[in-house]
Amino acid sequence: MTDISNLTLAKLRDALKAKKVSASEATDAYLGRLEAAKELNAVITLTADKARGMAKASDARLAKGEGGALEGIPLGIKDLFCTEGVLTTAGSHILDGFTPRYESTVSSNLWRDGAVMLGKLNMDEFAMGSSNETSFYGPVVNPWRRAGDPTPLTPGGSSGGSAASVAAHLCAAATATDTGGSIRQPASLTATVGVKPTYGRCSRWGVVAFASSLDQAGPIARDTRDAAIMLKSMAGHDPKDSTSIDCPVPDYEAAIGQSVKGLKIGVPKEYRLDGMPAEIETLWQQGIDWMKDAGCEIIDISLPLTKYALPVYYIVAPAEASSNLARYDGVKFGHRAKTFDDITSMYENSRAEGFGDEVKRRVLIGTYVLSAGYYDAYYLRAQKVRKKIFDEFTEAYKKVDLILTPSAPSAAFGLGEKADDPVQMYLNDVFTVTANLAGIPGASVPAGLDAQGLPLGLQLLARPFDEETMFKGMYAMEQAAGFSARPDEWWA
Amino acid sequence: MTEPRKLLQGSTGDWEVVVGLEVHAQVSSTSKLFSGASAEYGAGPNENVSLVDAAMPGMLPVINKYCVEQAIRTGLGLNAKINLWSRFDRKNYFYPDLPQGYQISQFKDPIVGEGEIEVELDGGETINVGIERLHLEQDAGKSIHDLAPNASYVDLNRSGVALMEIVSKPELRSAEEGAAYFSKIRTIVRYLGTCDGNMEEGSMRADVNVSVRRPGEPLGTRTETKNVNSIRFTKQVIDFEARRQIEVLEAGGTIDQETLLFDPKTGETRTMRSKEDAHDYRYFPDPDLLPLEFDQAWVDEIRASLPELPDAKKHRFMDEYGLSPYDALVLAADQQKAAFFENVAKTRDGKLAANWVTGDLFGALNKDGLDIADSPISAKKLGQLIDLITDKTISGKIAKDVFALMFDGEETGDPAEIVEKRGLKQVTDTGAIEKVVDDIIAANPKQVEQVKEKPKTMGWFVGQVMKEMQGKANPQAVNEILKKKLGIE
Repeated sequence: MTDISNLTLAKLRDALKAKKVSASEATDAYLGRLEAAKELNAVITLTADKARGMAKASDARLAKGEGGALEGIPLGIKDLFCTEGVLTTAGSHILDGFTPRYESTVSSNLWRDGAVMLGKLNMDEFAMGSSNETSFYGPVVNPWRRAGDPTPLTPGGSSGGSAASVAAHLCAAATATDTGGSIRQPASLTATVGVKPTYGRCSRWGVVAFASSLDQAGPIARDTRDAAIMLKSMAGHDPKDSTSIDCPVPDYEAAIGQSVKGLKIGVPKEYRLDGMPAEIETLWQQGIDWMKDAGCEIIDISLPLTKYALPVYYIVAPAEASSNLARYDGVKFGHRAKTFDDITSMYENSRAEGFGDEVKRRVLIGTYVLSAGYYDAYYLRAQKVRKKIFDEFTEAYKKVDLILTPSAPSAAFGLGEKADDPVQMYLNDVFTVTANLAGIPGASVPAGLDAQGLPLGLQLLARPFDEETMFKGMYAMEQAAGFSARPDEWWA
Repeated sequence: MTEPRKLLQGSTGDWEVVVGLEVHAQVSSTSKLFSGASAEYGAGPNENVSLVDAAMPGMLPVINKYCVEQAIRTGLGLNAKINLWSRFDRKNYFYPDLPQGYQISQFKDPIVGEGEIEVELDGGETINVGIERLHLEQDAGKSIHDLAPNASYVDLNRSGVALMEIVSKPELRSAEEGAAYFSKIRTIVRYLGTCDGNMEEGSMRADVNVSVRRPGEPLGTRTETKNVNSIRFTKQVIDFEARRQIEVLEAGGTIDQETLLFDPKTGETRTMRSKEDAHDYRYFPDPDLLPLEFDQAWVDEIRASLPELPDAKKHRFMDEYGLSPYDALVLAADQQKAAFFENVAKTRDGKLAANWVTGDLFGALNKDGLDIADSPISAKKLGQLIDLITDKTISGKIAKDVFALMFDGEETGDPAEIVEKRGLKQVTDTGAIEKVVDDIIAANPKQVEQVKEKPKTMGWFVGQVMKEMQGKANPQAVNEILKKKLGIE
C-alpha cells in the first residue's frame, strides 16, 4: 500500500476486506498522522492504545472473513459523544475529569460495525460556536489556508475538530453533531461532506445535550459515499431516546449513483443575502446549472420565513441549553470550585469557573427568554414561528424534492476575526438553522474554491426521512463539481 | 353566592376559612417514572439510582407506561376528565438532591383535568369537592444534613420516583373538611391500588393552602404549608393557620403570600420562604419527551378494570343493605372491611350484620391493634353467630359472650357447637320461665309493690330472671310473662 490515509473510507473498507491492508496498519498510519498534526489542535484525547486494541480485534475478525460494515475503519469521535472509560469533555472545563461509564448509542453502533476509535475530537464548548474558538482546549486550525497567506483560519464549528481531521486525512471519517449548522458549516469551510440527518434518525442517548429539540448527530466524511456508509451505521431507532424514530434505515450507499433525472430542485430566493460574497452566489448558480445538466427540473421557490429562522433559533436553542446545562453544578462530576461558602456559592463559583463566555452568554439568554413575563413574548412566539417554518417546508416539498442553497455565507475566516462580535458569529448559521428548526435533513458538499483558494460548499435539504434522495442529489453534484483540491500539508 | 358552610368567630366578627390541598401520592410502581431503576422503599443509600436519575451527561428520560396507566386509573377514580393529549414540562431550580437541575412535571397540560368526589364529614354530612387536576411528576432525592457537622449527604433513591399530584379546588371550608378530604383521597387511591397511601414511608403528603375572608368577600391571600405528612397534621395546620391569619388581620395586619413548614412538635407553622424569594421555575415543555398521547380505547379498557369505588360501594350498601350513611362509609372506606361485611351480610339482615361488624368486631380488633385480615373470627363464623340470634337459638346478650369466647380463642368451633357445648341455648319454654317468675315474685313482695307504681323498675325483675336462668331465657318471653304476672299493662 502506498498511502493508506489517501484512501476514502469506502476504498479502505474494500482493501481491508481484500486483506490488502490490515486494520492495524491503517490505525498506525492514522495515529502517525495525528501525532504529526498537533498544530491543528483537532484532538482533545488521543486513544492510541484503545485504537490499536480495537484494530487487532478487527484484524482477527477480518482474518476469519467476518466483520461488520466498518470493520477496521479508524474514526474520530467528536468529544460530545460519551465514550466508556474515555475522558469526555464537550470542549468544556466544567467536565474536567469526566469519564463516562457508558457509551453513546451512536458510537456503540459504530463499534458494533467494527470501527476503530482513534480519539476524541475538539469542538466548540458544548457545541456552541461557529469557529471552534469557544473550546476550553483552544481553537482547531483549518488545514486550508488562503493562497500564499499563513494566517490561521477557522475550520468552522462546532464540529471543527471533526471537519479538520477529515480534511487533513487524520481519520477515515468522523462523527459530528449539528444543532444549528455544526456539521454543514465546518464541512463547507474544510471541503468535506457533512450530513445532518432528519431529527430522530440518530439516537441522542449518550450525546451531551446542547438543545435537545435541535441536536442531531451525523457524519463528516471525505465524499458522499463515505458519508452514506457512516450514516447507515450511526442511524437507527433507540428505545432509550424518546425522540428517536422507529423507522427502517435504508442502505444509503445504494442510492449513490442513482439517476437524478426528473428530480425537482427548489431554489429559494430568500437565501440570496445582501452583502454575500459574489463568489458564493456564482457558485450557487453553478450548482443550479450542474443539477439542470444532470436532468433535474429547477423550480424557483419562496421560503419567506427564512429571515426569522436565526432569531427563532437564538431563542429556542439557548432556552433548552440553559436547562440542559443546569446539571453541571459541581455536585456530582466535573469541575468544582475550590473556594465557596455555601451551596449557592459552590454552584456559582463552579459554574463561573467551569463555563466559558459563549456558554454563559447562551445560558443567560436562555434563562431570560424563559423567565416569567418574557416567556410568551420570546419562547412561545419563537415556538409558533418554528411551527410555521416547518409548515413552510412541508408546503415547499409538495412542489420540489430537494432544496439547493449555499452552505455558509462565507469561506473560512481568520481565527479571532469574529470572536468579539457574537452576532457576526451567529450569522454563520443563517443557511443551516432552518433545517434544524424544521427537523429536516441537510448536507453540505464541496463545490469549488474561492479566489483565495478556500473551499466553499453547497447545501441540499430534503424531506424528513428522505436522506436517500438527498444522497442521490449530493452524489450528482459531487460528480459535476469534480472537486479534487487538497490543502497543502503545511503542518506535517 | 352560596351560603358559607362554616364560620370561625374572631374578635371582630365571623371569618370563612378557605382551604385547598395538593396531595402528592407516590405511584405504586416497581420502577421510576422515567428510568428503569427500582422505586422500592427501604434500599440502602443510593442503591436505586440509574444513570438517568443521577442526570449523567447525555442521559434521556423514557416514560414508564405503567405509571401513566396508574395516573389514568386514579383520574377515573376521581371522576375526572382524562386528557388524551398531555405534556411534560421542566421545572427549573438548583438543589443538590435535584441532579438534573430541573424536575420533570406537567404544568400547562396535565394528564387529568377536572373531577369531583364525595367527602363524608364526621357528623354524617356529605360534601362534594372539586378536583382541579392531577398530574405526573418526578420526586426529588433526599438531602441529609445531620450525618456530619460540615457536610450534607444526598440520597438519590427517591430521585425520579413517580408522583401523582392531585390538586383540589379551594372548596374546603374547615380543618375537618381538609382532613376528611385528604382521608378520602387516600381511600380512593388505596382502592385503586395506584398508591399504597403509606404516609410514614412518604408515599403520601400534602401541601396545604389556607386563606381566610369575611363571608361573601373575595378570596384572601393564601399561605402554602409544604410536605404535611399526616391527616392529623393537616387538620392542625389548617386550624393553626386560620387562627393565625385571623389574628393578624384583626390586628390590622396583612397576610404575606408565603411558603411555610409545619413543626409537629410545636403544632405551629413557620416561614420557609417569602414571596420575594419565590423561584421563577421557568417552566417549558421538556424537549427530551414527546407529548403524551393515547387513545380513548385504552382509557375505556382501564375503566373496565376498575374495582367498585368507595362512593359507589357506599351508596350500594345504603340501598342494598339499608345501612346508615355513616355505617356505609365506615365499611366502604376499606376494601377488606367492605368485603368482610358483605360476606357476613350477604344472606342476612344488613343492619344487624353492620352492627356486629362495625361495633363488636371493629371494636375488638381496634382494642387489640389488629387488622381485619388478622381477625380471629371469620366472616363465615360471625354470620353463623348472627343466624343463631335470628333464629332465636340465643339472645343478643349471649351472642356477645360467644363472640368474646371466639375472639379470645377460648373456643374454636362453630358458634352452634359452642352454644351446644356450653349449654347456652335460649329457653323459650314459657312454663320454665313462668316457674322462675313465680318464685321471684313470691320472694320479693316489696319490689312487687314498687313496680306497680313505677313500671320502669320492671327491669330489676328481668335482671333477676335472667340471673336465675344464666341469661338463657328469651328476653321477649320474660318481658311478656312478667308484664302479665305483675299486672303491668
